[in-house]
Amino acid sequence: MSKTYIVGIGLTKIGRFFGKGLRELFAEAASKALEEIGNENIQALIVGNMMSSSLSEQDNLGALLADYAGLGKIPAFKVEAACGSGGVAVYTGYSLIASGVFDVVMVGGVEKQTEYPTRIVSKALAQAADAEYELFYGISFTGLNALIMRLYMDTYNVSRDEMSVWPVLMHKNASKNPYAQLRFEVTKDQVAKSIVIADPIRLLDSSPIGDGAAALILASEKVARKLSDTPIEIAGVGMATDHIYVAYRKNLLSLEATVLSAKEAYRMAKIEPKDIDVAEVHDAFTVLGFINMEDLGFSERGKTPKLMDEGRFWPGDKPTVNPSGGLKARGHPVGATGVYQVAEVTMQLRGDFPGIKVKGDVGLAQSIGGLGTTVTTLVLKR
Amino acid sequence: MKSIKDVGIAGWGVYFPKYRIKCSNIGKVWGFPPQYSDGLRVYEKTVANIDEDAITMGWEAARYAVARAKIDPKEIEAIYVGTESKPYAVKPSITVIAEALDITPKTLGADLEFACRAASEAMEASIGLISSGMIKYSLIIGSDTAQASPGDVLEFTASSGAAAFILSLRSKNIAAYFEGSYSYITDTPDFWRRSLAQYPMHGEQFTGDPAYFAHIISAVKGLMGELGLKPSDFDYVVFHQPNGRFPLKAAARLGFPKEKVLPGLITSMIGNTYNGSALIGLAAVLEVANPGQRILLVPFGSGAGSDAYSIIVEEGVKEKIHLAPTVKELLEDKEYVDYTYYSKYRGLISKFNF
Repeated sequence: MSKTYIVGIGLTKIGRFFGKGLRELFAEAASKALEEIGNENIQALIVGNMMSSSLSEQDNLGALLADYAGLGKIPAFKVEAACGSGGVAVYTGYSLIASGVFDVVMVGGVEKQTEYPTRIVSKALAQAADAEYELFYGISFTGLNALIMRLYMDTYNVSRDEMSVWPVLMHKNASKNPYAQLRFEVTKDQVAKSIVIADPIRLLDSSPIGDGAAALILASEKVARKLSDTPIEIAGVGMATDHIYVAYRKNLLSLEATVLSAKEAYRMAKIEPKDIDVAEVHDAFTVLGFINMEDLGFSERGKTPKLMDEGRFWPGDKPTVNPSGGLKARGHPVGATGVYQVAEVTMQLRGDFPGIKVKGDVGLAQSIGGLGTTVTTLVLKR
Repeated sequence: MKSIKDVGIAGWGVYFPKYRIKCSNIGKVWGFPPQYSDGLRVYEKTVANIDEDAITMGWEAARYAVARAKIDPKEIEAIYVGTESKPYAVKPSITVIAEALDITPKTLGADLEFACRAASEAMEASIGLISSGMIKYSLIIGSDTAQASPGDVLEFTASSGAAAFILSLRSKNIAAYFEGSYSYITDTPDFWRRSLAQYPMHGEQFTGDPAYFAHIISAVKGLMGELGLKPSDFDYVVFHQPNGRFPLKAAARLGFPKEKVLPGLITSMIGNTYNGSALIGLAAVLEVANPGQRILLVPFGSGAGSDAYSIIVEEGVKEKIHLAPTVKELLEDKEYVDYTYYSKYRGLISKFNF
């Protein structure tokens, strides 16, 4: 099995780009990534995307984007795993290199959400849940996360103010990230006073709706050093799924797919959580950030808010969590988010992330589709 | 654009209903927290009663404009109403108003539609008609009973009201004259109502940067470029007022201090009266401005387009102010209704639905 390296990266800023569609966003990211490797030929394209069908009436995304980005008549396809599409796309690209099928592939992620008003986007996003047993009854993703947030606060006796440390840190980090959608700081008081989305989730507990595209170029051991002076190895990958119908879960305060995928990624990379210098985790809502930190083995159950309040996981600590600002403030262009995370960790390890820098050799990216339904965990090494 | 001869405002009139609903009341009904409507800087809005529509309100404003113009209505040779809430889809509104004012029958006229900017288009056209010598007086009305789907954020702002202006050549009988104008329109679908649809649709944030701000800022920059003016040359600034926040943001981006915007920012107290929005703001400014001062007027209509006008106040303004109810007086004459009566007055509920 070949080792797999990340040799090129391209990102767009995340935001509301009314003048750009799926193809324009993707082409911008793809051309930046191609530039990094001197425009070498790409053998295949894998694109992470959730809602091209429901919001842009566009299927057959692989062919569309390969053509528009000028990649030629190469194998190209979309992978979809709701908000986790990007992570699964990287997982797929990794598999294609590691298996020896290809030597150079592009893994892209793109999402165009701003074609429609919020209520239509929310409905499209809700399709990540179980259509017959959840969506049919009208619950939204925010609603499901609100149930979990309340349970977390009640079970571990965590106050509203203690929960607010997550968005405060994320916004602080994002304020330095030129690719971030929400580049402003917030206070605990502002979080507590922001409007209720689904009690107890408030606006500032929630990731924003935004457009964006990210592209990675993955290469085999054979060619990686020819394409980059600083290739970053994908040293461990893990992926797991869970009951999509949340009512079947035994425990709502842990996402089992995260635990399983992390275990596999750590085993492959021969590391433990304490070895990780920088982590980009999936925090679509405040409570998910805390649960993920606990599932990934970075802190004890229910202790993360208090630890974070004391300065744990802030820049300078090991691991530093979400120096990008996370989904909360960097933004969450759904199917592209997992690709952004891997790109950001790669830049941290290369030393050229343009925001808050973290020194280190080992990084982690965790991406979730649905409510912990599909999770990928990747370990990167310098 | 500059007219061959200077055209001015001979009279103006404003009407909006006395009934008001507090936006916090609307928010409470639909589950919005108070911060939501406060963030829009719109605190209450007018509510037209069952016996009011764009025609009746347009007529009220027009008769006040005639009073301030101190003319025989028969001298008015053109009448235009800009509205997006015509009581009849097919049948002119202006014929009703013209007859009621005794203006007909030797009259040019039409109902115009360009979302909230139609009345401004009438203003541009009238400047041309008067400047060319084709007509002596033109009556322009912006009047709307704006629709908003119950529960839509638009409901916080969509209100009812009208403004009317009578234009003529610059003379001693005018309150102000147009120094120049600049129009800027593009195909930008930020807000629309399909034929036979009851309520409009809008593109949320798309109504901001690509629509409102892009067109207003382009029109203002175009005007200042053509006339060789800079922000400090204007004493008052009146933008279209879809809410109380956008005009202040547009002003900040263009370099106007908010003190120049606030005297004409009426939306916070009455909501967005659509075709009346910027024009009611202009009327409010005429009631406080002094001769020689320069006003920047910038209506905007979704779809989208904006016109920027530079207007110089003349000596004639002062003696006209109290010939008809002022905006200040209309603001003070109010009676609150709750969501139940608002629903009844605005036809959201009706009697005998069987």
